[in-house]
Amino acid sequence: MSRQVRCGLALVALAALGATLVVAVGGLEPFGHYPGPYGDVLAKVVPGERHEGQLVAATVLDYRGFDTLGEELILFTAACGCVALLRLRRRERGSDLPAHERPLPSFAARAVGGALVGPVLVLAAYVVIHGHLTPGGGFSGGVIGAGALVLAYAAGQRVRLRRVGSIAMLETAEAIGAGGFAALALGGLLAVGATMQNFLPLGTSGMLLSAGTIPVGNLAIGIEVAGAVALIVAEFLEQALLEERPEADHSSQDAGLDAPRR
Amino acid sequence: MTALQATCLIAVAAIGTLVVLTRDPLRQAAVAGIFGLALSALFLSVQAPDVALSQIAIGAIVVPVLVLLAMAKIREHDQ
Amino acid sequence: MSVLAYLVAVWLLLAGIYGVVTSRHLVHLVTCLSVAQASTYVLLLAIGYRSGAQAPIFGDIPQSTPVVDPVVQALTLTDVVVSATVSALLLAIAVQAHKRFGSVDPDELNALRG
Repeated sequence: MSRQVRCGLALVALAALGATLVVAVGGLEPFGHYPGPYGDVLAKVVPGERHEGQLVAATVLDYRGFDTLGEELILFTAACGCVALLRLRRRERGSDLPAHERPLPSFAARAVGGALVGPVLVLAAYVVIHGHLTPGGGFSGGVIGAGALVLAYAAGQRVRLRRVGSIAMLETAEAIGAGGFAALALGGLLAVGATMQNFLPLGTSGMLLSAGTIPVGNLAIGIEVAGAVALIVAEFLEQALLEERPEADHSSQDAGLDAPRR
Repeated sequence: MTALQATCLIAVAAIGTLVVLTRDPLRQAAVAGIFGLALSALFLSVQAPDVALSQIAIGAIVVPVLVLLAMAKIREHDQ
Repeated sequence: MSVLAYLVAVWLLLAGIYGVVTSRHLVHLVTCLSVAQASTYVLLLAIGYRSGAQAPIFGDIPQSTPVVDPVVQALTLTDVVVSATVSALLLAIAVQAHKRFGSVDPDELNALRG
């Protein structure tokens, strides 16, 4: 069917969907009157049972840890898919530009970006490790850690992606994270008899080493998310960097990430 | 509902519409970054700091960078 | 006024799907999909919100203060990261499609063609 017919049909269908959803949404509880029992049950029960106050971390890693295992594996699979899709194209490429011919970004970008990579990594480590005490945790901290790699590229540091060890290191980190979390789930099974059961000593609430497997789970997820996101960005980056080779004297290209030339 | 939450909701709806209506992918990446920022403000106003942290990191680091890199490769291939 | 949050979620979903259907560029399509995904975040968090309550972290507030629902926040937290990764996968497919067929217009990507 032609494009016009398809768009018209889509509008009609979307209008019908919208009407149905508005009617459905009108039957929900008014905004601000949360009725359900689970939030209240968790608020009462978690500080006593798990010796910690971060309810979201406890839900993600302990009470609903099985969902997190699935989500983590989705992450892992998507990263593997990206690697598989983007690696096929690399067999046709040659070597990229020698180091001294690559154009550099401006001095300000290099200075500020380069100076910030270290603090960003420390911030990421802080967010991951304190995930059971403050807002944050494995997912947020992992993405911030992957951001350090992006910052290093944007600052013009020549991220040696093709040297043996770089991509392999990211893949290893991702595998360790995913495997670590699965091992934690199995550890519950072996130690206590129920998968994902919190089996490490609980400690005192508010200390760094408390709440059993929750900080360990945060660490595993942080490593895995950082590895997966950094791996995806590195795969995309490597493609972009490699394809710069025959167009080294391009001056008429408009702004894109392949132009650290201003 | 507080005024802050109402403002954040309307901002999210408006910027979301703008993201859809921007057809050029490069410009859309920039508008998507702003959309992520509005979303994280909304999440903070509904008392969800963990979600806001994740959204800030994702919306500023992952999504625009990946869109720009994909566009870079598509354009290189065009030439 | 109290259904504004839910209506915004519905609007984002409709806008996102409209963008996907009428898109002329695969990368534009992926970003519109992420707008549609954002509608689920808004809906989930709106359901779990309780007026006058605090964030569900008992670090420095007494344990008897009312807090918002942590379960929907847990769902949304993982969802945000995972959906970004799935968008990355879709972008990789878009790049490959451009290499194979020479165009990123969804209307021209006809699988049954040559």
